[in-house]
Amino acid sequence: MSIHVNAFDRFRAGESLIHRLDPRIKVVVTVLFIVSNVLLPDGAWLAFALAWGVILLTGVVADVGVGYTFKRSFVALPFALAAVTAIFAIPGRPLASVHLGPWDLVATDAGLIRFVSIVIRSWLSVQMAILLTATTQFPDLMHALRHLRMPRLLVAIVSFMYRYLFVLSDEAMRLLRAREARSARLTEGDGGGSILWRAKIAGNMAGQLFLRSYERSDRIYNAMLARGYTGQHLTLNPHEMRNCDWLIGALAVMLTVFLQVVGRL
Amino acid sequence: MNWIFLVASTVPTMLRAVPGDPALHIPDGFLNLPISLLGWILTAILLAVAVRRTEGEFSERQIPLMGVMAAFIFAAQMINFPVAGGTSGHLLGGALAAISLGPWAGMLVMASVVGVQGLLFQDGGLVVMGANILNMGLLTALIGYGLYRGVLGQSRGVRLAVAGVAAWLSVMAGALGTSLQLWLSGTARLDVVMPAMLGVHALIGIGEALITVAALAFILRTRPDLLAGTAEARAGRGWVVAGLAAALVVVLLSPFASANPDGLERVAMDLGFIGQGADAPYQILPDYAVPFLGETALSTVVAGAAGALIVAAVAVVIMRMLRRSASPA
Repeated sequence: MSIHVNAFDRFRAGESLIHRLDPRIKVVVTVLFIVSNVLLPDGAWLAFALAWGVILLTGVVADVGVGYTFKRSFVALPFALAAVTAIFAIPGRPLASVHLGPWDLVATDAGLIRFVSIVIRSWLSVQMAILLTATTQFPDLMHALRHLRMPRLLVAIVSFMYRYLFVLSDEAMRLLRAREARSARLTEGDGGGSILWRAKIAGNMAGQLFLRSYERSDRIYNAMLARGYTGQHLTLNPHEMRNCDWLIGALAVMLTVFLQVVGRL
Repeated sequence: MNWIFLVASTVPTMLRAVPGDPALHIPDGFLNLPISLLGWILTAILLAVAVRRTEGEFSERQIPLMGVMAAFIFAAQMINFPVAGGTSGHLLGGALAAISLGPWAGMLVMASVVGVQGLLFQDGGLVVMGANILNMGLLTALIGYGLYRGVLGQSRGVRLAVAGVAAWLSVMAGALGTSLQLWLSGTARLDVVMPAMLGVHALIGIGEALITVAALAFILRTRPDLLAGTAEARAGRGWVVAGLAAALVVVLLSPFASANPDGLERVAMDLGFIGQGADAPYQILPDYAVPFLGETALSTVVAGAAGALIVAAVAVVIMRMLRRSASPA
């Protein structure tokens, strides 16, 4: 069993208006939207709700299904634990107090609002990023970033990385499977020697993967030379800003300004 | 409250499609705009230098090498070993990348890894990506390589031991950076987030150190030529100084801040950088209707985070520039 690109890549093929937008405008609008979320004040519930409405609407237009972004939107949720302490960090009307070891924590209404707002901001932003990835192929995304002045070298590295992500992840899975086949009860209990021994084996596997990757990159380079590599990744997609791209961009700017105004009413 | 973070750093590996340390991948929304921008500025400066150095120093042959190595780090983060009670040790890879590929290449590789995790898997946000790259890629590479470079001429055992210490410290630096950024953004209380993050990562760092040492030992045994070539050719004393400085900051600041978080807060206030710490950034925001901050807010927070991490990061850049202008090109 190996990992296939479809299992990894979040791109959803489609012909919608959003899919056909220039990737540059999609990147810019996504970042703009996330910045707008970050700037919304604590407790701007109406603006939060409107922003979610925008996401749902975009999801419908992009034909990825209303549930798609929602289903995957909880990836960042575990990190919310890091913000739990915000409840106790902000001065405000005290709601409850907790004594926990060395900590004397007083929950306040302002703190609670801050915490919920942080989680909502993050949740909205993740959904927008999911939409971007779902409607833009990764090579197009890289092309867009190149147009947006990301250094050529970095774009080239990331493009290569994307191509070999699946290959090397496969390789890592093979190593893990081989280990599982050879050391019994690895997942439960202490099968396979002491912790140090297990760590060493994991390190050997990483070293092994390093060497295989290193040697693979040599072969790749030789193959590229043989085929006339010039340092540029080519794409068949035209990447021209059309009128409708500018229109959507302008619309998005107006929308975020509107959200900011609503958030501050 | 440490257990919460223990859960936070182990349970999500089941929820997530991607390996890696979830506690360091900050999602969008958890850092405010000034801190996010600061992260991007520092990251952009360091990466710009890295790109220039790498382009000047290497042939186009390095492009597939670094691309494949970035994919390697991504895949290597899947390799884990069971510790106890369902937890497992795994690799972040910053120190390993910098030691095996050289510091600048290591930074580019780690930036690519963090970038793809954010762009393709939403593992870490986009606007906060600068901070994530700084924490997981640049600080780790700086400390990892700097310390290792210091003992380059020593015996194999010493080098491996230092590589292990460097790997542990690099994870701690990432955790320290993350908690400071969360605190400065008003997202978390310093006296809770700092001991929790550092406590958990003191353990995670041991896994990192063990895997890094074993991996390096394996490479030294099978292809010693690879490590000899990279480490000697690529950089001089500046890295040692910068790496030691950054490591020292982690070593000195962590226990101080954990034992006496009020102290750090008071120092911050006395120096006048971050008004009331947590509140300042958000209280300023509502006054600005335009979604961009005035000079004052930004510069205040720039000064605030100037604490230690930046000094170390900027020191490298300056040192590299001084070195270059001093040597007849």
